Amino acid sequence: MPTTDLAIDVDHLVTHYGPRKILDDISFQARQGEIMVIMGGSGSGKSTLLRHLLGLHQPTSGSIKLLGKDITRLSADEMYDLRKNMGVAFQGGALFNSMTVGENVELPLREHTKLDENTMRIMSRMKLEVVNLAGFESLMPSELSGGMIKRAALARAIVMDPRLLFFDEPSAGLDPVVSAELDDLILILRDAMNMTIVVVTHELESAFKIADRITVLDQGRILMSDTVAAVRASDNPRIQSLLNRTPRNEAINPEEYMERLTREIS
Amino acid sequence: MNAVLSFVSQVGQRSLQVVREVGYHAALMVEAFYWLLLGHWRRQPVRLGAVFKEAIGVGVNAIPIVALASFATGMMLAIQGIYTLRTFGAEGQVVLGISLSVTREFAPLITGIFVAGRSGSAIAARIGTMQISQEIDALRVIGINPVRYLVAPLLAAMLLTLPALTILSDLVALFGGALYCAGELSLPIGIFFDRVFEVLVVDDVIHGVLKSFIFAVIIVLIGAANGFNVNAGAEGVGGRQRARWCLGASASSSRIWYLHSLPAAKRLQH
Repeated sequence: MPTTDLAIDVDHLVTHYGPRKILDDISFQARQGEIMVIMGGSGSGKSTLLRHLLGLHQPTSGSIKLLGKDITRLSADEMYDLRKNMGVAFQGGALFNSMTVGENVELPLREHTKLDENTMRIMSRMKLEVVNLAGFESLMPSELSGGMIKRAALARAIVMDPRLLFFDEPSAGLDPVVSAELDDLILILRDAMNMTIVVVTHELESAFKIADRITVLDQGRILMSDTVAAVRASDNPRIQSLLNRTPRNEAINPEEYMERLTREIS
Repeated sequence: MNAVLSFVSQVGQRSLQVVREVGYHAALMVEAFYWLLLGHWRRQPVRLGAVFKEAIGVGVNAIPIVALASFATGMMLAIQGIYTLRTFGAEGQVVLGISLSVTREFAPLITGIFVAGRSGSAIAARIGTMQISQEIDALRVIGINPVRYLVAPLLAAMLLTLPALTILSDLVALFGGALYCAGELSLPIGIFFDRVFEVLVVDDVIHGVLKSFIFAVIIVLIGAANGFNVNAGAEGVGGRQRARWCLGASASSSRIWYLHSLPAAKRLQH
């Protein structure tokens, strides 16, 4: 893979939360214009990985290159410039509750550009059209349904026409029809704007539908990072149990078990 | 032996916690002032509109409650003052007592406590819910520094309105005292204020106003720090108690210091 068209290049990433190791030696790449799905069960570290990709935490070691820049070494000013090329749609939407939907979508424009009021309004309406929320700009976030909040958050994420889009759990808490619509929207965005899109999810169906490549996380490690077909064909038991929804039956190590129970008791 | 060890380690952990908290508040204060002063050059200006919006919320809307409390305090000072001074037949001196205690101590403290009660916990709750709903993260990924966007306008608004409220409190409390004196001592309100202006020097009012600046910083910092440190649930309520406690402590410490040094005490001897 030539390194020039890599939009995301994570190299030997190790992170801790307090003394606990969350991510262990994570390395994967995503090309420009690719939809990369990060998949894994609850507690597999996928949310932590996303937060590191967003530059919200400092890793213990390793590097994260976004659009060729290592965000673990960027100065605040360089990071500020890079953020103009990044859009993020959070799991719960994270719309600002004190602003209308329109003001929410305009906020990145207001902060990063010197456009006049009317241009900003038109641009935000265009993005709301893209996510099928035309005419809702004067509503408050509390007046929207769950699916509409996610779509409004998506509109805010793409208002600067970013080259990188991160989407956290697009289908969580939505009914199958709405989540299928969101999947289509993600595909349309990629085709129309050639964005690199990172989607974090644990929904298999949605992952297989939209992904170009899938990275499977388990207990802080990468099980595999490959095409959809390769992941489907994998004979790794953990991946198979994820795909077939079988519960994991891990043998308990009696000594470790006793150590956990009696820790810090003297 | 183990008990001693665990006691020592507990003391150590508590101390560490205190140091960490003090450091956090100090860093927050430095950062908020940094954005207020230099944000413009870092391409992240603190917007005037936001400052005025906050000023209405924390300042203008607090006028009724602060005025009511100040009026009552002024009146009670007059009641108690006259009652006590009557023993010596010196009721006339009550104007001096009211003027000095109101401008130097009571007005800033009452304003501070009521604004802390109204806004301290509200600041913590607002930032805390934003933290839980990932709005703070959303600000950061958009490239907006949360301290610049949320704390700096509040700090500016508080620094603008708290001194103004203190001066309002001065006037209303003196008016309360004047009303009672008018009834009890048949002292016309005009004469009362003439005597107030004879007794007071500019320094007395400035002393109160300076205190209110310190209170403004304390209220915003403690509220905001409590908000940012919310992890889950509604823990922000503690912010109010802590803010009040800090106000009380800083007020009394400055009072002790002034008792030793200041001409006000000398004036009382005349």
